[in-house]
Amino acid sequence: MKRKWLSGPYVLWMVLFTLIPLGVVLYFALTDAATGKFTLSNLAKIADYWPIFLRSIWLSIIATLICLLIGYPVAYFIAHCKPTTQRLLQMMIMLPMCISFLLRTLAWVALLDDTGIINNFLTSIGLSPLPLIRNNGAVILGMVYNYLPYMILPLFTVLMKIDPRLIEAAEDLGCNSRQVFSRVILPLSVPGIVSGITMVFVPAVSTFYISQKLGSPGTILIGDVIESQFKAAYNPNFGAALSLVLMVLIFVCVGVMNRFTNDDEESMVTL
Amino acid sequence: MSQELIRLTNLVMEFDGERVLDSINLYINDKEFLTLLGPSGCGKTTTLRVIGGFLTPTSGDVLFDGKRINDVPAYKRKINTVFQRYALFPHLDVYDNIAFGLRIAKLDEKEIDERVTEMLEIVSLKGFENRKVTSLSGGQQQRVAIARALVNRPKVLLLDEPLGALDLRLRKDMQNELKRIQQAMGITFIYVTHDQEEALTMSDTIVVMDKGKIQQIGKPEDIYNEPKNAFVADFIGESNILDGVMLEDCKVRFFGRTFACVDKGFEKNEPVDVVIRPEDIDIVEADAGHLCGTVTSVTFKGVHYDTIVDFKGFKWLIQTTDYCPEGSYIGIRLNPEDIHIMRKSEYSGMFGDYSSYSAEYDEIADAEGSEDEA
Amino acid sequence: MRRTNRIFTILVFIFLYIPMIVLAVASFNKGKDIAVFQGFTLNQYKELFRDDNLLRLLGNSVIIAVLSMTIATVLGTVAAVGIHSMRGKLRSAVMGLTNIPMTNPDIVTGVSLALLFAFVGVLLRINAVLGFWTLLIAHITFSLPYVILNVMPKLAQMDPNLTEAALDLGCTPVQAFFKVVLHEIMPGIVSGALMAFTMSLDDFVISYFVTGSGFVTLPVEIYSYTKKPIQPKVYAMFTLMFVAILLLMVTMNLLQARDNSRRKKLRKREAYR
Repeated sequence: MKRKWLSGPYVLWMVLFTLIPLGVVLYFALTDAATGKFTLSNLAKIADYWPIFLRSIWLSIIATLICLLIGYPVAYFIAHCKPTTQRLLQMMIMLPMCISFLLRTLAWVALLDDTGIINNFLTSIGLSPLPLIRNNGAVILGMVYNYLPYMILPLFTVLMKIDPRLIEAAEDLGCNSRQVFSRVILPLSVPGIVSGITMVFVPAVSTFYISQKLGSPGTILIGDVIESQFKAAYNPNFGAALSLVLMVLIFVCVGVMNRFTNDDEESMVTL
Repeated sequence: MSQELIRLTNLVMEFDGERVLDSINLYINDKEFLTLLGPSGCGKTTTLRVIGGFLTPTSGDVLFDGKRINDVPAYKRKINTVFQRYALFPHLDVYDNIAFGLRIAKLDEKEIDERVTEMLEIVSLKGFENRKVTSLSGGQQQRVAIARALVNRPKVLLLDEPLGALDLRLRKDMQNELKRIQQAMGITFIYVTHDQEEALTMSDTIVVMDKGKIQQIGKPEDIYNEPKNAFVADFIGESNILDGVMLEDCKVRFFGRTFACVDKGFEKNEPVDVVIRPEDIDIVEADAGHLCGTVTSVTFKGVHYDTIVDFKGFKWLIQTTDYCPEGSYIGIRLNPEDIHIMRKSEYSGMFGDYSSYSAEYDEIADAEGSEDEA
Repeated sequence: MRRTNRIFTILVFIFLYIPMIVLAVASFNKGKDIAVFQGFTLNQYKELFRDDNLLRLLGNSVIIAVLSMTIATVLGTVAAVGIHSMRGKLRSAVMGLTNIPMTNPDIVTGVSLALLFAFVGVLLRINAVLGFWTLLIAHITFSLPYVILNVMPKLAQMDPNLTEAALDLGCTPVQAFFKVVLHEIMPGIVSGALMAFTMSLDDFVISYFVTGSGFVTLPVEIYSYTKKPIQPKVYAMFTLMFVAILLLMVTMNLLQARDNSRRKKLRKREAYR
C-alpha cells in the first residue's frame, strides 16, 4: 500500500488554489486590461512606483530591526522562566495575535490622535500636544506593535531548545557570561532570528491598513497601491503586476535570509 | 523439532539499489527457538520484518506452512512480534494493551477476559491490569509486550532484540523467562540479537549473518566448535586465526611447524585458516612447548586472565587461570582437537589477530554496534 | 541584568496590551468618543445584542471558521500522514508547496485567489462569483499549512513501531490509524485545528479580496467602518471576543500542559532504564 497517496487530495488542492492562482497573477500581469493581449506595459509602469516600493522596504526594515531589538531580550527572559510562567507568558504573547488587528490599530489611532488620549493627557497637565500621528514614525510603531509577537515566538522557541549543558560547557571552558552569549547563545539562535525577521518583514512590507490609519497620503505603502488597484481604480492587470513584483522581491529576500540557516522549519507556526 | 513451518527461498531485499539481503535460504521448524545473530546492519532485522510482513522482498519467496505469503499483509499473518522498544500503546492500560489483538479479532469479552488473565499470570503481571504502561519499568513493559503478542496464540513469535534496553541482571533473568515461556507454550520463536552469549544460551538453532548473507546455520555447540569461516569464529567468542596450509588429512602446517589435527577433506597443500580458541591453549614451560613467546600484557577478567603472547610478531590471546607476569617467556601446547581448520573466505586475514589488543575490546565492539543501531 | 530584563519585558507587555485596554474601557464608555471617558455604562452591550446585522456578521465569521477548520483539519491530517511516509525530493516538493502560502504575503495570496475566481467566473459566465464559496476555499487554503505543520512533528515523535504493532495484532491499516496513530497525534491535530479556527476568525486581508457583497465576515465589515464613524458597540463585541479567545487559549494551555507532563513521565522512565 502506498501511504503517500493519502496526500493526493491535499496536493491537488494546493496546486489548484496556490500554484494556479500565481499563474493567473502572472497571466494578468502580462496582459493588457482592455484588449487582453500580451504586454509588458504593466510591468514598465511599475517604475513610477519605485519610490513607494523603496519606502515600504525601508520602513519595514526599520520596524523589523526594532522588533528584533525589543523581541530578543523578551524572548530570552521568557525562555529562562519557570515552565508554568513560561506557558503563561507565551500565551500572553499569542493572545494579541488572535484579536482583530484592525481594531487594535484603531485603538492606536485613538491613543495617538491630535485630540487622542495621549494628547488629551498632555494638554490636561499643561503641556502642548505632540504630532504623534500621520507620519513615518506612527507607521513604524503600528508595524512594530502588530508584528512583534511574530518575532518573539520563534526566538523563544529557538532559545528554549538550546541545551543548558552547552552553556555549562562554555562556562567550564572559561567563557564569562558575555562570551557565553556572544559565542554560544547568539550563534545558536540564528535560525530563530532568521525566521522572526521573515515573519515580521513579509507582512510589514505588504501591509495596507496600518499606513492608511496611522500614516498620511505622503506615507502610502505598496500594499495601499495594490489594494487601490483592485478596490478603487479597478485595474487588476496593473495590480497583478505590482503583486508579482512584490512577491518576487519577498521570495528573494526570504531566500537570502534562509541562506543563513539550514533550518527550513517554520519554528513559529506550531504551538 | 518436527515439521517445517517457515521457509525463505532466495530472498533478496534491496533499498534504493542497495542490497541488504542477498539470497537468503532458510527453513524454520515448528516449535523451534531460532536466533538470527549478527552485527548491526547484517540484515537480521530486515529478515525478521520480511517474515512479519512489514517488508515485501525484492525477489524470492516466503513460505508459511508450504504456502507463499509474500503478498499477505502483516495483519493477516498468524505471526506476532515483540518490538525492539516494545511499542506499547501509551493511551491504553496494561489490560487493554494485551486485549488489543483479541478485540480487533472481535472475540467476545468473556473469552478475552479469560485469555488476558491467563497471559498476565504467565508473564507474572497479575494485579497490574489497570496500570498505565508508561508507569511500568523496562522489564515490566517487556512482559506486557510479550503477553500482548502471545495472547493471540500465534504460530510464530518474532522478537527483535527484545532485551536490548534492559540492564545485564534483568537480561539474564528474562533470557530464562523467555526460554521457559517458549517451551511452555510450544511456539516457534524467531529471535534477533547481536549478543552472541544470548544466542548461545537460548537457541535451538543459530543463524549467523553478515553483510546480508547467511554465514552459518547450526546448533549453538556446532557454531562455537566448528565455525565455518573467520567471521563466525571471531563473532562467536574469541579466536586466534592464523594462516596455515593443509598438508594432508589431519596434518596442518603453520608457524613453520606441522601439527596434528582432526579435520579432513581438504585438497593437498590447500591454504586454510586455522582457529585456536584462547581457552583451549595450555601454557607450559618454555622448553616443553610447541611454540614459545613472550607475554606482552595481562588483564584480570575475573574467572581467568586475558594473556597476550607474542609469537614471532603474531600476537595470540590466551585465556588461562595461571598467572604469567608480563615479560615472562612461556611455551604452549596444542592438542589435535584444539585446532580447527576452516576454508579460506572473504574474511580471511581480517580477524583473529590480537596485535592491537586492548583490554576494552568487548566494550569497543559494543559501542560501535549500538551506535549503528540507533 | 536579569532585573532590567524583567522590567523591560513588563514594559513590552504593557505596550502590547495598552490598545486592548483602551478598547475594553471604551466598551463601557457612556460617550461616543473613544478618547474621552464620560462614565460607566453597559449600554453598548445591550446595543450589540439588539444589532441583528452585527450578530449576523459574527455568525458568518463563525460559520466560515468552523467549516474551514473542519475541512482543513481532516484534509491536512490525512495529508500529513501521507507526507510523513514520503522521502527525498517528493517530500521537499510537497513541503515547498505547503510553505508557499506561509511565505507569500497575505495580500498576494488574496489577490491571486481573487484573480483566479474572477478568471473562472469569466470562463463560466458567472457574474457575482465572489461570495460564500470563494471565501470558504480561501480560508481552507491558508489554514491547511498550519494543520500540516502542527501534525507533522507529532508523527515524527511517534514510535514508528506503534503502527506496525497494531498491524501485527491484526488491525487493517485504516484500523491502525484510528485505534493508535490518531491518539498519538491528537495534540497536534487539536492545536492545528485551533490555529486554523483563530486564523480564519480573524482573517481580514485575504477575505477582503475574495468576498463579495453577498457574504461578508466581521473583520471585512470592521474595515468598512474606517470610512464611516465607528459604532461603540463594536468595542463591546471586541471585549466579548477577547474574553472568549482568552478562555479558548487557557483551555488549550491546560491540554498542552497535560500532554507535556505525560511526555515528561515517559522520558523519565526511559532515562531510568
